[in-house]
Amino acid sequence: MKIHPKNLLNYLIYRASFLLLPGLLFSCSQTESTQNTLPILGERETVEQVINGKTVTDTIYHQIPDFSFINQDSQQVTSQTLAGKIYVTDFFFTTCPTICPKMKSQLLRVYEKFKNNDQVVLLSHTIDPQHDSVAVLRDYAERLGVSSNKWHFVTGAKDSVYAIAAKYMVTAGEDENEAGGFVHSGAFILVDTNRHVRGIYDGTIAEQVDKLIQDIPLLLAEKSQHAKN
Amino acid sequence: MLKIKGSVLLLMGLVTGAWSRCTPAISDSGEQLYEQHCASCHMQDGSGLRRLIPPLANADYLIKYRRQLPYLIKHGMEAGITVNGQQYQQKMPGAETLTPDQITNLLNFVQTNFGNNNERFTIPEVAAMLDSCATHNH
Repeated sequence: MKIHPKNLLNYLIYRASFLLLPGLLFSCSQTESTQNTLPILGERETVEQVINGKTVTDTIYHQIPDFSFINQDSQQVTSQTLAGKIYVTDFFFTTCPTICPKMKSQLLRVYEKFKNNDQVVLLSHTIDPQHDSVAVLRDYAERLGVSSNKWHFVTGAKDSVYAIAAKYMVTAGEDENEAGGFVHSGAFILVDTNRHVRGIYDGTIAEQVDKLIQDIPLLLAEKSQHAKN
Repeated sequence: MLKIKGSVLLLMGLVTGAWSRCTPAISDSGEQLYEQHCASCHMQDGSGLRRLIPPLANADYLIKYRRQLPYLIKHGMEAGITVNGQQYQQKMPGAETLTPDQITNLLNFVQTNFGNNNERFTIPEVAAMLDSCATHNH
């Protein structure tokens, strides 16, 4: 094929577009894959440090503080118990007449999905420790038919439960105007092995819980990536 | 003048249109009452929640204790309950604000859905059941 020099440029542009197009598509899929890492939620601050005469900027992410609660087997569940695990947490109470059963039916989906993966744990806090004793929580868990080392139902001092809810960036507290006497969010919070909040989902909406179920493997992949490095 | 009238009418139309869209009419349909008062515990499909919340789907209780159902919906229940041979402990809150006709619609929805094919209720029947239970219990 003979190409007129005048048309050469056009020809080259034409050919280049074939290269550019997949390039563009590829870069799109690249951004897609960066979206496949979950964000770290919550406030963050940057700290400048001088190391070897160089100024280094570090970002400090919001982290769930140490905690200690008692589960349905009267066992202590602390941040150490969950060390190295990814967990999903929520706030509820056993006599809740509104959204709790729906939340629990959705959390059961997560439980069933990751039942055999010991890297994933569920942690449900009661916001009514006065009523929800260890015995009440044990009965609740048994009636749900879930295993204790996979799904902890924990109780503790009321104030420490409400305080940690705030750290998970959700509401939990007493409110006499609410049905059942308590107000709480219907959120499921996804937490990574560094106790960073990586996702907050509405536990009363099946589609949001679908998203949570899709997001957990992303964190698992991230975890094994770190293990390799 | 006609023009102004026309635009006023148009505006009114828009306002009522927007209004009705923002505030859905309060419906007394059994399905909507179920959604509002029952679904978060008994679930959308009436399946209940494992051994915590009894099912309504194919529940023998709905046939065995038909006469108590209106009172149970209105005033809730504290004691345990056995449904299809399974014991449940969870308290059920009452829906005190429901009127006899709303309870009738709600019950008829439950009695004819989730695979149930039970006898329907009439409003006078429900009203009478509410009254007779009330005199028994108070």
